Amino acid sequence: MRSALGGGLGLQLELHFSAMQKTMDPYDAPESTPRQHPSCSLKEYFLAATPLQRRLESVRKQATSFVPTPPRRRIPQRSQLQEDVDPQKVAFLLHKQWTLYSLTPLYKFSYTNLKEYSRLLSAFITAEKQKGLAVEVGEDCNIKVVFSTLLGVKGTQSDPEAVLVQILSKPQLPSEDREAKALWTGWFCCVFGDGLLETVSEDFTCLPLFLANGAESNTAIIGTWFQKTFDCYFSPLAINAFNLSWMAAMWTACKMDRYVAATEFLWSVPCSPQSLDISYAIHPEDAKALWDSVHRTPGEVTQEEVDLFMDCLSSHFYRHFRIHLSATRLVRVSTSVASAHTDGKIKIICHKYLIGVLAYLTELAIFQIE
Amino acid sequence: MHAVMMPQKTGKNYQAQNRPSQGSSSYQTNLSACEVKQKPSDSKENNPMQDDEHADDQDGDVLQIAMEYFEKDPIRSLRSKDKILEKHLITVENVAWKNGLAPETIDILLNVALSGRFGNAVNTRILKCLIPATLISEDSVVKAVSWLCVGKCSGSTKVLFYRWLIAMFDFIDHKEQINLLYGFFFASLQDDVLCPYVCHLLYLLTKKENVKPFRVRKLLDLQAKMGMQPHLQALLSVYKFFVPTLISVSLPVRKKIYFKNSENLWKTALLAVRQRNQGLCPEPRKLMLGPANIRPLKRKWNSHSIIPVLNSSSHTTECGKKEMNLSEYLSSSGSLPLEQLQRFPQLLENIHCLELPSQMGSVLNNSLLLHYINCIRDESVLLRLYHWLSQTLQEECVWYKVNNYENGKEFASFLDTIIRAESFLHEGFYSCEAFLYKSLPLWDGFCCRSQVLQLVSWIPFNNFSEMKPLLFDHLAHLFFTSTIYFKCSIIESLKELLQNWLLWLSKDIHVKPVTDSPLDTSLCESMNSVFKLVHYVGWLSTIGMRLESNSTFLMHFILDFFETACDIYLIYNLPLVVLFPRAIFYSALFTLDASILNQLCYIMHRYHKNLTAAKKNELIQKAKSKLSFSSKTYKEFNCCLTTMVGCLWTSKPFKKGIRFSPETLEKLGVEEHKRSLNLVYHSSLLGYAVSFLLQDFIETLTELNIILVLGTLQKLLYLIGERATLLLLC
Repeated sequence: MRSALGGGLGLQLELHFSAMQKTMDPYDAPESTPRQHPSCSLKEYFLAATPLQRRLESVRKQATSFVPTPPRRRIPQRSQLQEDVDPQKVAFLLHKQWTLYSLTPLYKFSYTNLKEYSRLLSAFITAEKQKGLAVEVGEDCNIKVVFSTLLGVKGTQSDPEAVLVQILSKPQLPSEDREAKALWTGWFCCVFGDGLLETVSEDFTCLPLFLANGAESNTAIIGTWFQKTFDCYFSPLAINAFNLSWMAAMWTACKMDRYVAATEFLWSVPCSPQSLDISYAIHPEDAKALWDSVHRTPGEVTQEEVDLFMDCLSSHFYRHFRIHLSATRLVRVSTSVASAHTDGKIKIICHKYLIGVLAYLTELAIFQIE
Repeated sequence: MHAVMMPQKTGKNYQAQNRPSQGSSSYQTNLSACEVKQKPSDSKENNPMQDDEHADDQDGDVLQIAMEYFEKDPIRSLRSKDKILEKHLITVENVAWKNGLAPETIDILLNVALSGRFGNAVNTRILKCLIPATLISEDSVVKAVSWLCVGKCSGSTKVLFYRWLIAMFDFIDHKEQINLLYGFFFASLQDDVLCPYVCHLLYLLTKKENVKPFRVRKLLDLQAKMGMQPHLQALLSVYKFFVPTLISVSLPVRKKIYFKNSENLWKTALLAVRQRNQGLCPEPRKLMLGPANIRPLKRKWNSHSIIPVLNSSSHTTECGKKEMNLSEYLSSSGSLPLEQLQRFPQLLENIHCLELPSQMGSVLNNSLLLHYINCIRDESVLLRLYHWLSQTLQEECVWYKVNNYENGKEFASFLDTIIRAESFLHEGFYSCEAFLYKSLPLWDGFCCRSQVLQLVSWIPFNNFSEMKPLLFDHLAHLFFTSTIYFKCSIIESLKELLQNWLLWLSKDIHVKPVTDSPLDTSLCESMNSVFKLVHYVGWLSTIGMRLESNSTFLMHFILDFFETACDIYLIYNLPLVVLFPRAIFYSALFTLDASILNQLCYIMHRYHKNLTAAKKNELIQKAKSKLSFSSKTYKEFNCCLTTMVGCLWTSKPFKKGIRFSPETLEKLGVEEHKRSLNLVYHSSLLGYAVSFLLQDFIETLTELNIILVLGTLQKLLYLIGERATLLLLC
């Protein structure tokens, strides 16, 4: 139904009594929220000389500030992409659902050895898939692993280049001219990861955000190989409701030439035996209008604004349906920029704001590994 | 051939394993992998991992009987349909699949299976259940191979034996002697049925020195005779790999699967053995699919254990050269692979050329590598360990995520491993510190309690004021709201924390001589932190004693803490003396328990010694030291001491410290308050007084005496009443 009420806010309500989704709230546990890391002061730099000490300093500092000054983040700006970016590769990253992971720094990863890694990883995958059989490092039966860099997918010059890993199925017959089909894709990136970069030595490569698309079993095999080879650690990166609200606000704030999708929120009511999902869709222009009315500081988003934005949405909802959304849990946000699910799944839609979205995700990943 | 005598008690006692073998020198003594880490899993012994040890005992006994049957009864074996045989076979099978078999059991059974005493069916059954508990002795294999030469076993048994050998190859403790039989195995290639299996075995066994021109010729002949067989190609490719010059035939590159999977007969059993060898509980891992766990992916990723398996690093080869040459890598002898590192002397000899593990987390399970980690100060090593440990703790922590309590046991044992490593190194890990900061606010004070408190005691030395809001405030909340036992454990772990800090500081102060001023200020800061810690514990204790209504039990733990705290100056050589709070002093002084009074006196005595020594030193090097003790401390101590002496000795209490006006005392009706707290009448010593009276007078017990004794007792009881009133006032 579409309600005509509500001062310019077109609103759609759907109530799903979904039997499929029985997920209860995994985020009931209080979680501290990520915050921006103040750059090391000069004094600190001298006191804490080695990377490990700097790392500890930052951990202590982070844990100390339980009541942070309200974080501010920049609204993603258009065309932050570097110039040398390959548009084809970027297009390849869009409109796909990626599962997010955080990743600790890679030890002795070298950009000059990508070919070698392709060879070793493909041997490893073959070996894993045919456990117990003799397999030799070298060419394989039917898969091909390709490592490549995603030039330009980074925030600053000091960010390391993003790395793309693809598993392609080889055509069965050499004569076949078909293009190799991608069975699995994953990429590692670091966008505005200065805080993390400061705290590791040069033996490490910081690519804290890992995004995977493809069979989970493949992700597991490749993750295991990376963990074994570069002594790193993957953990699933979930996005809690707090961060989803931030995403909603920041993405609504983005200037768009053309909206391709409605701004939609999915709230979940943890009730037994089946959870109740409330989908709340707003026309993107209405959402933008609401945002503009709560937005004060130009170019930035503050915690108060985020809270206010979400409060407005829920009070509007309450006026019509007498349901307190604050008592439910936000599980998904989708906008024309990107959509994110609390399970740690993301789909980036807008090419212009790719870097902005990645910057926030990198921040979340860094927060998780600290 | 050696007599195979494997040590029965493997693993449980590290010392015992390192003991040189006693008795005959022909014993197999180098049981390689057992020495690093191994669970006692000899099926004849109690298996501590099992819940029902009793049932296991029985298993062991029955197996013992079965083994005796197989070992010593060659005559009856003719009747293979025998019921007894069946019974024993079932026993062996059960034990084998449940716990695996000990090396010597495998030795006996291999003997039986290959000597041809029974029929084919029995031999097959025996071979199928030859699952090692942990390892297989090389000698057993060599003996078994010698049976093959006798020609008593059938072709199918031989095939099964080879398949078994291939499947269990990784569990054989040594391979040198087996490699000596290379020629024998190679000759078996003639046998068309055995050929594929022998090829596989040789594929696993071949070393560079085994590749000889005549063997290559033979293989090529065979290939010419039998056609392009995948197993022969596999062996040829290995040969070509080692000595490319000898083999000019081109081998197809595409085909990489040479062998049929021959281990599938034992697949599940092998998994269990691997888990056992990694020191894991054999119980099946539960997969968490609870609704709260969004993605239990990690479980699937690191399916075996939390702590990664020890593997040599591959960076040297991977990143050093562009093109990795495997043969070069295999034949290189420059560095020592970690898998070969078994003993401490080995570590010392190879410390310069040790390869670090590919995953730093694996050092937790290896005491030798912990030594190594401790003495190298390589930042990247520590960072790798730091990152891994932080993430693992965060991911595994059971109270971090809702409904994650199923893995509590596993998490607890992981924490135990960490604590073992920490106490081995006498050093806390920074990751654990960060973990405590993050997780302690969410902790219920119950889950993994002893582990968490031990982690607290290993927190590296740190600025107390910074740590207080992160850790100690949360700990205080838990302290106030929990049972007396929890209070005691917290005080105890704080005592250990204090000891660790003091040890670390006293070591540190000796490294850096206190000469220049910046170090002096840092020392001041450190001392300030220690001071605040002691002060904090004093504060906790005061409130704790009030909450637990002066519990003697809690008091013991508190005084234990102050026994460490009072000796900082003399024992740890650090310029600090912190007194305990007055409340603790008074409740210890007016205690009902003699041992507490005793402990208090000891602490006062040590305080006295420390303060005197400090004063003396201060006079000597007054100019140099900035760290003078405030006169307040001395005054405070003097006051306590006067009160104590006044109460216990001179019978003049309440002249200093707590004072009562005579009117108050009169009002209370306490007349003889002066004597009531001295050594003779002190209520904590009442028991001794009574027993003294009874002992002395019991022999000459006359009526007069009885009256006297009763009178004294009455007086004592009266005094206790008075003392109680006084205590209320304090």
